[in-house]
Amino acid sequence: MCGQTVCLVQAAIEREGIATVSISLLREVTSILQPPRAMHVPFPMGFPLGAPNDPELQHRVIAAALKLLYRTDVPVLEEYTE
Amino acid sequence: MASYDDLSTVTRAFMKRFPFARHRIDPVPRARLEKPLAQCRFALVTTSGLHTPEQKDFDYRKALGDTSFREIPNNIDISTLGESHRSPSWDHRGLAADRNLAFPLDRFRELEARGSIGPLNHRHFSFMGSIIGVKPLVGKTAPEVARMLAEDKVDAVLLTPV
Repeated sequence: MCGQTVCLVQAAIEREGIATVSISLLREVTSILQPPRAMHVPFPMGFPLGAPNDPELQHRVIAAALKLLYRTDVPVLEEYTE
Repeated sequence: MASYDDLSTVTRAFMKRFPFARHRIDPVPRARLEKPLAQCRFALVTTSGLHTPEQKDFDYRKALGDTSFREIPNNIDISTLGESHRSPSWDHRGLAADRNLAFPLDRFRELEARGSIGPLNHRHFSFMGSIIGVKPLVGKTAPEVARMLAEDKVDAVLLTPV
C-alpha cells in the first residue's frame, strides 16, 4: 500500500507544477496507478535504495531516478538495472 | 526483487483483490523541468512512517490507515528519526540500520555539496503508507503537502516507499 500512497502523493505534487519521480518496489501496483515518472527497483520490500549503509549503491539508484525527471512522455515506468 | 509472490499469503490475496485501478491517476499530470539539476531545489517525500523524536507516532490503530504527514526539517540528524510504520509486509531492519535506505537525506546532502543538485528545501515530508481509505489523502493531506512544496518553490521531488 506504500506504493499506492507514493503514487497518489506524487500526482498531487506534480499537479502543482513540480517535477516528480518515485521509486517503485511493486511494479504491479505502480503500473496500475501510473504516476508521472517511476523507476522500479529489483530490491526487497523495505529496501527502496538497495541496501543500508551502502552509499555508493544508494547514489547509483538516486542518479538513475533523477535522470527520469526530464522525461515528459508520462507515465514513465522504467526498470533499474545494476 | 519484490513482487506479489514475496508477500505473505494473506497480504498477497489482499493486494491481488484490492481495487488499485479505482485510484488510477488519470489524466497523468506532467510538469516540465526547465533547469539543470544543479539549479533545482529538491525535497524528499517518503511513506516509510518516519518522524522526528518530538512528533507523534503514526496511528497504527486506524483501520483505514493514518493519512496524516510529518514535516521533517532539512537540518535533522536522520539517525534520530523514529519509525512507526505499522506494516508487517516489509523487513524493518534495513531502515533501522540506515534511515537513508528510504529517506536518503544524507545522500542528497552529498549531491548538494558536490553541486550536482541545487539547494535542498528547508523541509521534507513523511507519510505512513498502509493507507486503505485514500479519500482523506487524495482530498486533503497530499494536496496540502503539494501546496507547501510549491510555496517553497521546490523544483523537483523524489518519493520513496518501503
